[in-house]
Amino acid sequence: MNSEKELILNIKDLKVEYRTEDGVVKAVNGLDLEIEKGKTHGLVGETGAGKTTTALSVLDLIQSPPGVIVDGIIELEGKNIRGLKDKEMEKIRGNDVSMIFQDPMTSLNPVMTIEDQIAEVIEYHESGGYKEAIKKTHEMLTLVGLPPKRGKEYPHQFSGGMKQRVVIAMALACRPKLLIADEPTTALDVTIQAQVLTLMKNLRNQYDTSMLMITHDLGIIAEICDKVSVIYAGRIIEHGNLVDIFDNTRHPYTEGLFNSLPNLKDRKAKLKPIKGLMPDPTDLPTGCPFHPRCDYAMDICSKAYPEKQYRNDQHFVECHLYNDDNIEKGGLIKRG
Amino acid sequence: MWKYIFRRFISLIPVIIGVTFIVFLIMNMAPGDPVKSILGEQASPEAIEELREELGLNDNVLIQYKNYFLGLLRGDMGTSYKTKVGVAEEIGARLPTTAKLAVIAILIAIILSIPLGILAAVKQNTWLDSLTMFIALLGVSIPVFWLGLMLLLFFSLKLGWFPVSGASTWQSFILPGVTLGFLSMAAIARVTRSSMLEVIRQDYIRTARSKGVPYKRIITKHALRNALIPTITVAGLQIGTLLGGSVLTETVFGLPGIGRLMIQSIQGRDIPMVLGCIIVFTVAFSIVNLIVDIIYAFVDPRIKNQYS
Amino acid sequence: MTDNRNPVDALKIKKKYKKQNQLKEIWHRLKKNKTSVLGLVIIGFIIILSIASGFIYDYDKDIISQNISERLQFPSIEHPFGTDELGRDIMARIIYGSRTSLSIGFITVVLALIVGGMLGAVSGFYGGYVDNIIMRAMDIFLAIPGTLFAITIVAALGTSTINLMIALSISSIPRFARIVRSSVMTVRDVEFVEAARAIGANNFRIITQHVIPNSLAPVIVQTTLSVATIILTIAGLSFLGLGVSAPQPEWGAMLSSARTYMREYSYMTLFPGLAIMVTILSLNLLGDGLRDALDPRLK
Repeated sequence: MNSEKELILNIKDLKVEYRTEDGVVKAVNGLDLEIEKGKTHGLVGETGAGKTTTALSVLDLIQSPPGVIVDGIIELEGKNIRGLKDKEMEKIRGNDVSMIFQDPMTSLNPVMTIEDQIAEVIEYHESGGYKEAIKKTHEMLTLVGLPPKRGKEYPHQFSGGMKQRVVIAMALACRPKLLIADEPTTALDVTIQAQVLTLMKNLRNQYDTSMLMITHDLGIIAEICDKVSVIYAGRIIEHGNLVDIFDNTRHPYTEGLFNSLPNLKDRKAKLKPIKGLMPDPTDLPTGCPFHPRCDYAMDICSKAYPEKQYRNDQHFVECHLYNDDNIEKGGLIKRG
Repeated sequence: MWKYIFRRFISLIPVIIGVTFIVFLIMNMAPGDPVKSILGEQASPEAIEELREELGLNDNVLIQYKNYFLGLLRGDMGTSYKTKVGVAEEIGARLPTTAKLAVIAILIAIILSIPLGILAAVKQNTWLDSLTMFIALLGVSIPVFWLGLMLLLFFSLKLGWFPVSGASTWQSFILPGVTLGFLSMAAIARVTRSSMLEVIRQDYIRTARSKGVPYKRIITKHALRNALIPTITVAGLQIGTLLGGSVLTETVFGLPGIGRLMIQSIQGRDIPMVLGCIIVFTVAFSIVNLIVDIIYAFVDPRIKNQYS
Repeated sequence: MTDNRNPVDALKIKKKYKKQNQLKEIWHRLKKNKTSVLGLVIIGFIIILSIASGFIYDYDKDIISQNISERLQFPSIEHPFGTDELGRDIMARIIYGSRTSLSIGFITVVLALIVGGMLGAVSGFYGGYVDNIIMRAMDIFLAIPGTLFAITIVAALGTSTINLMIALSISSIPRFARIVRSSVMTVRDVEFVEAARAIGANNFRIITQHVIPNSLAPVIVQTTLSVATIILTIAGLSFLGLGVSAPQPEWGAMLSSARTYMREYSYMTLFPGLAIMVTILSLNLLGDGLRDALDPRLK
């Protein structure tokens, strides 16, 4: 459609499986994702929906075995990077694309000093050697609000929030074109969450980095993202910009996510959680994988996977409620 | 760091006291009257009583232990019932042989085991992994003295490459060193592999990969140091097994070390000599454990910090 | 932190809770591991053989009676492993010798398990100074290498099978105490134990109903590996002349007497050693398989 928009990352029809003794886990099932240059793209969904798997696929970091990227194209600035040799992939990791992980407690090497861990990424991608790298490391530490003299310390001497700052410094040290943040604040206290989020927002603006923000927290999406994709059972089921998703919610699942949020203003309002659990990834339901939990499920939902239906040139939804037949019959849910 | 070493050193003292006390107590339970075995069955009651008093055998066991321990601190371990030489002198003469054997074995074990373990982990589920782990499994299943006998049979008796017995040349130590080292090598290689496999699944390894660090560097720089932590523990324990094994190895190869001295003394019911040998072994093991703990602190910064 | 982002882990966790029966689950996984099944088969075969040997052979006639006319015969159809310096059939003695090694091994481990397990359970369950006293004492015992400790006891008390068993079980106690203690400590604070305590179950009931069943798995692994260590130590001590004494057949003792004739009659040193190795190997294979079955991630 929109050929003039500049994409930093374009994932097409990605399929990832974990092949274990106990069965094949279909984690990502034909996922499409387009991230525009300079934009922050939110990927939202429940635990086990395939968010992290998608992110790891981009950097080819899926643990193998058991993980296998079965199919799909991953384009970084128009160039396919899926299946690149390790050597070339290493040039991309940390340099063009870097990643912030969910749990800062476990994502730093416990036996290396903080500054060595940050300097390492600079050393590998920039010329100038160790001394230069350490100098830059100290600048990065200052940038994320940590005193450079603490660089000589080890991760266990830092709190969770400070560790996540270190991880951020590490991820941004080489000014990547794309930053993938996988639930960067989930493991932190609420107050620290806000600090880290503000820091990330400022640095993103300062560095003009494109970002893929993975979260299950719609509040973070509202705070920081331009575009939103909702993922369910390894597929994007609804996508649009912030206004599309927040004010013109279409998919019953997305609607369910909003209804699961407590309303601070109206404390009498009842929570309406989505019933049931994520489907078993070894044995996904036929048709639309959401239909067993969907309040609006129809006959067709268990039989065929719904096509993409576009509301405008960006906002689409994969749901049978919006196919032509149903719209003509007036089966469309009325909203906003 | 010094503070840590000092603290660990202090904590060694009760262990050494405890260990020597237990050993002393057990050896004290030995049946038979040592005085009679010195003077012979026909000795007069007066002579026996006199010697009992002289040896301090009429004191209660705690006082006897206290005297023994104080002697130990001065390097006095008593006198052999049989040969009448000082126990400490006899052990001192045998020590270099046992020390040489142990050092060769430890070097063989450590130098070979860690690279093999890493290799097996990195090449997990390949023939290389299977082969390495099969050899390691054999290594932990072969009785050390039988391995010694087989090597002796083949290399010394059949091929004549090495001397059959004694400790006169450096060649005398090669087969015993290999025999003793093989067992520990196998055990350390196995634990290196499994801790390496555990470590390369950790989040921080994924972080390192996400930084673009080449795989080889990840293994040598990020994974190895973490994997070494359990490896060091097992290596420390292995040295205990190795000291026990040295008794068997010395016996098989006829090396005149402390282990053989101990066995000969047991057969001759020479209690002070046996006690001295066991004490030397256990104290050596405690010191090795101290060294292991210090190495630990160098590898894992978290340990050191508990003490500062 | 419970991390169930990874779908594979999530699946494992789910499976774990679906099947509450831990032992059944372990057996299920163990069956898939060919080498450990092989270990189980071999050790099973050795156990059957050792029981059967009591019926096959007459101890006085086949095992210990000397027959000088047939001494030092090389392996033949009549004597597949040859005969020893007193004309006894080596194969018969090796097979019969399995009784010695296995029975001492199992009895010793059971003794160590009972004493060590109780100490560990008490230590882990009560914590505090009780834990401190018990574990420091265990540390001191652990500070003496196992073989040396066994040698010490045998040297003091004299060589007999009973003393050997006492020596070996004492040196195995600390390891069991540690394992049981750490399993107990992890189980102690788990919710269902707290729940049991909340509804007024007494300590004894909690220990027998909850703690022991849950520490069973690592104990089984340690038991298997300890039997191996103990059989090796028995052989070692007997080789040194401090273990099982003549004429009772024992593999290490057989090797000790074979040593004298090694130059001309090397077959004598071959078979007893192989018997030890195969036994230990099968126990190790089984132990490894059990450990992997308990921790499937490492495979």
